[in-house]
Amino acid sequence: MTTVTAQPTKSDMQAAQLRRMLREMILIRRFEEKAAEAYALGKIGGFCHLYIGQEAVAVGVSAALEPTDYCIGSYREHGQALVRGMSSRSVMAELYGKATGCSHGKGGSMHLFDAEKRFMGGHGIVGGHLPLATGIAFAIKYRGGNEVCACFFGEAAVNIGAFHEALNMASVWKLPVIFLCENNRYGMGTAFERVAAVNDVVEHACSYDIAGEVVNGMDVLDMQQAMQRAVQRARKGGHPTLLEVRTYRYVGHSMSDPLHGVYRTKDEVEEQKKRDPIAQLAQRMRQDGVIDQAGIDALEAEVRAEVEDAAQFADESPDPAPEELTTHVLAD
Amino acid sequence: MPTITYRDALNQALREEMQRDPNVFLMGEEVGLYQGAYKVSRGLLEEFGPNRIVDTPIAELGFAGIGVGAAMGGLRPVVEFMTWNFAVLALDQIVNSAAKMLYMTGGQIPIPIVFRGPNGAALQLAAQHSQAWESWVSHIPGLKVVAPATPYDAKGLLKTAIRDNNPVVVLEGEMLYNNKGEVPEGEILIPIGKADLKKEGDHVTLICHSKTVSIALKAAEQLATQDISAEVLDLRSLRPLDEAAILRSVTKTNRVVVVEEGWAHCGIGAQVVDLIQREAFDQLDAPVLRVTQADVPMPYNKQLERLAKSSPEKVVAAARRVLYLD
Repeated sequence: MTTVTAQPTKSDMQAAQLRRMLREMILIRRFEEKAAEAYALGKIGGFCHLYIGQEAVAVGVSAALEPTDYCIGSYREHGQALVRGMSSRSVMAELYGKATGCSHGKGGSMHLFDAEKRFMGGHGIVGGHLPLATGIAFAIKYRGGNEVCACFFGEAAVNIGAFHEALNMASVWKLPVIFLCENNRYGMGTAFERVAAVNDVVEHACSYDIAGEVVNGMDVLDMQQAMQRAVQRARKGGHPTLLEVRTYRYVGHSMSDPLHGVYRTKDEVEEQKKRDPIAQLAQRMRQDGVIDQAGIDALEAEVRAEVEDAAQFADESPDPAPEELTTHVLAD
Repeated sequence: MPTITYRDALNQALREEMQRDPNVFLMGEEVGLYQGAYKVSRGLLEEFGPNRIVDTPIAELGFAGIGVGAAMGGLRPVVEFMTWNFAVLALDQIVNSAAKMLYMTGGQIPIPIVFRGPNGAALQLAAQHSQAWESWVSHIPGLKVVAPATPYDAKGLLKTAIRDNNPVVVLEGEMLYNNKGEVPEGEILIPIGKADLKKEGDHVTLICHSKTVSIALKAAEQLATQDISAEVLDLRSLRPLDEAAILRSVTKTNRVVVVEEGWAHCGIGAQVVDLIQREAFDQLDAPVLRVTQADVPMPYNKQLERLAKSSPEKVVAAARRVLYLD
């Protein structure tokens, strides 16, 4: 008789993954709430764009990627940085502009980078990073690599030329890039349908002969599965995909923008919160017996401790030395 | 020493650097099958294939950004613009992505990329195809900018630019591509940031770059017939500027004319004059004068265009004024 070591079953692995996804979503939300608090206290300056409501997108996308894959995003990228393995400390310290931040205090909220983790920013010009993502995918293909590049952007970027130029060349050259349009319905205060001739972003995929899918961005599992399909297409033949991810931000465009403003109603925001991605996943996991309330409370406590630690770390970290003003302008 | 054209000198530089480093590739409009709008990339598609000589659509912003992204992914792109007049569409990527990346990443992501193509006016191409962009790009920290005037400098500076770990703007000249000059075979590497004394002289310094080097040299010849000895200093590199070379020449001649293709307002000459008045005020025997394009969009009409552009005659007149001869 031989002894068989207990291997984790498929359902064990699924449960572990669900717990990880739930934890990541809660982490993003608590992190962003802490950032809002720190912003109000003047510890974070400049522009600060929060991801609250959109957590399932970053988490679902990341769950379908390998650590060697590239990610790039816009200025609403705190959550994406966190799920790609950047520590809460290094991200919070960057928001505080400290030397210990992931970009050494020189980037701030809009320019989070970690080259080692292949998190390529953090870009502040709407749509400007779509060609960069395409170029990263170009480099992957040039080197004969097997990685993909995931590119997050808001729906407002669809109206800018860079979107169209990037999709066209990605398709012509068959590059392993996945365009993730986080359609949260408003470019700052302008509803997409007020400024876009084509309201369904996914239709643009046809223009460039690439795959396109609409994804429920409030459901992390839908997001993960759609992303898995896109990743497979990219790895197999370098086929780009445009995913229109329908999501919603609960908070203002940036910290200087009111919660709902005059461009949308409070009722609309409250209605959207009923589809909350964290509550939905937690409920499903409870129903399936993957986690109980005590388990959720424990996750919450763990995450809160992590965020508090990050804020304390950021607070206590030094500013960059004055000599840092003139470093990193040019490479050797 | 072989005599070759400026165009072929650039071609040699590209070929040698692509042979040397498999991460170097060329992308742009018409660079492959068409062999280059100005034939700078002639023969390269045949030698290196379509993966490394990449024909792009007419989408300057897009392919410039793809170049920067490829550099983020570890390659060393050379991005050709059919002219810098079209590159203005790509300025967001050159300035916001390429030039600022190293700084805003806290030193994590260098962008070794070359943006090159013809700059300034040719003949009768009118307002939208005749602009000299050097003051725009030279304004930006994080970029290096070179503007070679001769085949030798073109080869040496492009090779150095490709090996540099920063974004380098190489401003060529449509009117220079056919110019011939001696270029030794094999390795020439000219350091970025070094001016070149194209002609020594004693009475007045003519500071110039790119196409205005030949204008200054012609002016120097005319001045010689009037017993005026002009020194011609070719900046070659506009960012960084070779400040020591400028100050050395000012200290020698005490009189300066700065010649450039572009407009005067916020131009390269303005930067040179700023340096001279700060660092060599006591060396000057006369105010520095500038010869630039007239402060108008470039006209199409041949006579008007001639009036708008810098010329040897305008340089001679300015030189005589700083010598108080007129």
